[in-house]
Amino acid sequence: MVSVAQVWDWLADVPDPEIPVISVTDLGIVRDVGLEGETVVVTVTPTYSGCPATAVINFEIEKALRGHGVRDVRLERRLDPPWSTDWLSEEAREKLRAYGIAPPIDGTRAQGVVAGRIKRLTGAALVVPCPRCGSDDTRAVSQFGSTPCKAAWQCNDCLEPFDYFKCI
Amino acid sequence: MDTMTDLDTALFAGLCRLGDSTLVLGHRVSEWCGHAPVLEEDIALANVALDLIGQTQMWLGLAAEIEGKGRDADALAFRRDVWEFRNLLLVERPNGDFGHTLMRQFLFDAWHQPMLKALESSGDPRIAGIAAKAGREVAYHLERSADLVIRLGDGSLESHNRMQAALDTLWPYTGEMMTADATDQALAEAGIMAAPDSIRPEWDALVRDVLAEATLGIPPGTHMHKGGKQGQHSEHLGHMLATMQWLQRAYPDATW
Repeated sequence: MVSVAQVWDWLADVPDPEIPVISVTDLGIVRDVGLEGETVVVTVTPTYSGCPATAVINFEIEKALRGHGVRDVRLERRLDPPWSTDWLSEEAREKLRAYGIAPPIDGTRAQGVVAGRIKRLTGAALVVPCPRCGSDDTRAVSQFGSTPCKAAWQCNDCLEPFDYFKCI
Repeated sequence: MDTMTDLDTALFAGLCRLGDSTLVLGHRVSEWCGHAPVLEEDIALANVALDLIGQTQMWLGLAAEIEGKGRDADALAFRRDVWEFRNLLLVERPNGDFGHTLMRQFLFDAWHQPMLKALESSGDPRIAGIAAKAGREVAYHLERSADLVIRLGDGSLESHNRMQAALDTLWPYTGEMMTADATDQALAEAGIMAAPDSIRPEWDALVRDVLAEATLGIPPGTHMHKGGKQGQHSEHLGHMLATMQWLQRAYPDATW
């Protein structure tokens, strides 16, 4: 009989399909693992409402557990509380940086406040260090990047464009 | 036989108003994919469309659950006809130019953000949960659309004139967002959804500030179109649905 701790260990090896250097548990999207008789119940929360990776993530989780011999798997979705980048583990943040994605800077998620936005655009509030050369001299290109969870930034020193895992 | 209670019937309509508005706007914005003036804006538009369509799945998914007739979010999105849609008239307006699209987005976001904030206090935890999730995404939408309305309005003479023209065209479609009917009132009294008119002070203040910063003038006319929330739409929605629903109607139950 499989244990809950064993399932968590297995899930820690399931990579995020978009950013394969971090796992689904690093990302903080696995909210619960439970056992109902022989059935393993994994509760997953989506990152962004429309994130197209959600279906793939569910498929990968089910595939991994079946690969470990689990016969009955049920995936449940939980929306509340909403996923936050605050849930990214320290380890995950380092892995992101090493992969070339600037990790989120906690406490800077959009508040829908227009004055705040103008301040941020002038660079007064948000400094995102370049994940490649480490320079603090960087600029936001767009709050919307290659996936819903990332913003497009560029380094003014090494000139490399990079993704910033924006706060939500 | 209809076995839904009056409150569930109102709730179904209320959820369709939210979900249809995000669906129709999401589809409209997605029409830009591959056509925006610069790559970053193309990506931003696609991201916003994706968020809105994701939110649609949650709102219409819950609507289908409340209805309890075996339909799901896809069935509601792709198998209903134009008169069954409950979206705001504003969001079915054609895209026009880039500035026009951004002005429509801003006028909607300025309502969407405070509405979601209010819905976070819904007595129905399912609605509160969806609102909290969607609200974090919409905060980014609003910051972007407000920023671009300011930049384009207070930009060149050409961009200013286009933004003013967009505002003049779209302004009469904004009143519907903040006008309550009997359905809205029933939901507000039950503590399930915020009354649309309660959003007005925040919307007014935000829109006034941003348009002033953008050097744009609010049109003097007071006539406001309405009817979308009750299923009376402009000719534009039917054309849009013909494109959006084509595949599911030609090949019912098609899957990947």
